[in-house]
Amino acid sequence: MGILDFLKRKPEPTAAVAKERLRIIVAQERSTRGAPDYLPLLRNELLEVIKKYVHVDLEAININVERDSGHEILELSVALPDHAEAKPG
Amino acid sequence: MTAEIIVVTSGKGGVGKTTTSASLATGLAIAGKKVAVIDFDVGLRNLDLIMGCERRVVYDFVNVVHGEATLKQALIKDKRYENLYVLAASQTRDKDALTQEGVEKVLEELGKEGFDFVVCDSPAGIEKGAHLAMYFADHAVVVVNPEVSSVRDSDRILGLLASKTRRAERGDGAIKQHLLLTRYNPARVAVGEMLSVKDVEEILGINVVGVIPESENVLAASNAGVPVILDDNSFAGQAYSDTVARILGEERALRFLEVPKKGFFQRVFGG
Repeated sequence: MGILDFLKRKPEPTAAVAKERLRIIVAQERSTRGAPDYLPLLRNELLEVIKKYVHVDLEAININVERDSGHEILELSVALPDHAEAKPG
Repeated sequence: MTAEIIVVTSGKGGVGKTTTSASLATGLAIAGKKVAVIDFDVGLRNLDLIMGCERRVVYDFVNVVHGEATLKQALIKDKRYENLYVLAASQTRDKDALTQEGVEKVLEELGKEGFDFVVCDSPAGIEKGAHLAMYFADHAVVVVNPEVSSVRDSDRILGLLASKTRRAERGDGAIKQHLLLTRYNPARVAVGEMLSVKDVEEILGINVVGVIPESENVLAASNAGVPVILDDNSFAGQAYSDTVARILGEERALRFLEVPKKGFFQRVFGG
């Protein structure tokens, strides 16, 4: 790297990093807003149970509460790995 | 008659809520409105200092709520504008000193006294004081700094405004939300070190009602106990004047978003 490059070097554009991080966390927090407080705990406990049988990450579990007229639906989806191997048991 | 209630809130502390409350209330008074500005930060009274009336506080908000003083006794008349009043927070009581019914009674009484606007200066956080400050609001000014924790917290507050207020509970139509970006530094935005107005608007999905540039005049104003909006020579003061006009429905273009160009003398002699 020549001396000119060194002089011209700009500071890293950290604002872009901040924006991307905020975009993701804000979207995530909005999706769980208004949901019951027990959902994160439920998610973690379900993970523990599922882990007894298959290897999955926390990200693979998606919990959603949908409100319809008069009733609520608890939606749970678990993305299993491609070659889900049953743990010996 | 009822007064229009404006809450100034943010979630995060230290972003400029009290500075904004003082300037907003003063700006509305300059526009000829009868205005009361209330400090909801029980235990940490500060609005009186920023408004420059700290030595005239005899009775406070909690005294009125508890019936220990009348509203008239507790309202402090501003020394610059006779249609502007301050209601100080209590220094001694605990956070539970305010009740929803008590706050409602005071706001109703202010309406009956002919006030056009009541500005509620919220404490930081999302606890009881902040909840009470926003509960009865018709408008909300959400103060945000171009910085990650402040932006995240303000999104949280925007969510609460849409669900945990009287208007939301009654289905009376949404609170009018105004996003105010403060401590903005155009030079740092230009080199990519700070989130831009557009970035913040995109992340939160709401347009700003004003942008207050970071300015040494804000500290000078609070040192002197004069709301910065009264400093006509400062960019921050002018930006607050624009913001108040926009809240009152006027259309004004945003200013002070570019790096100030140095004049000839400044370039030669520095500064």
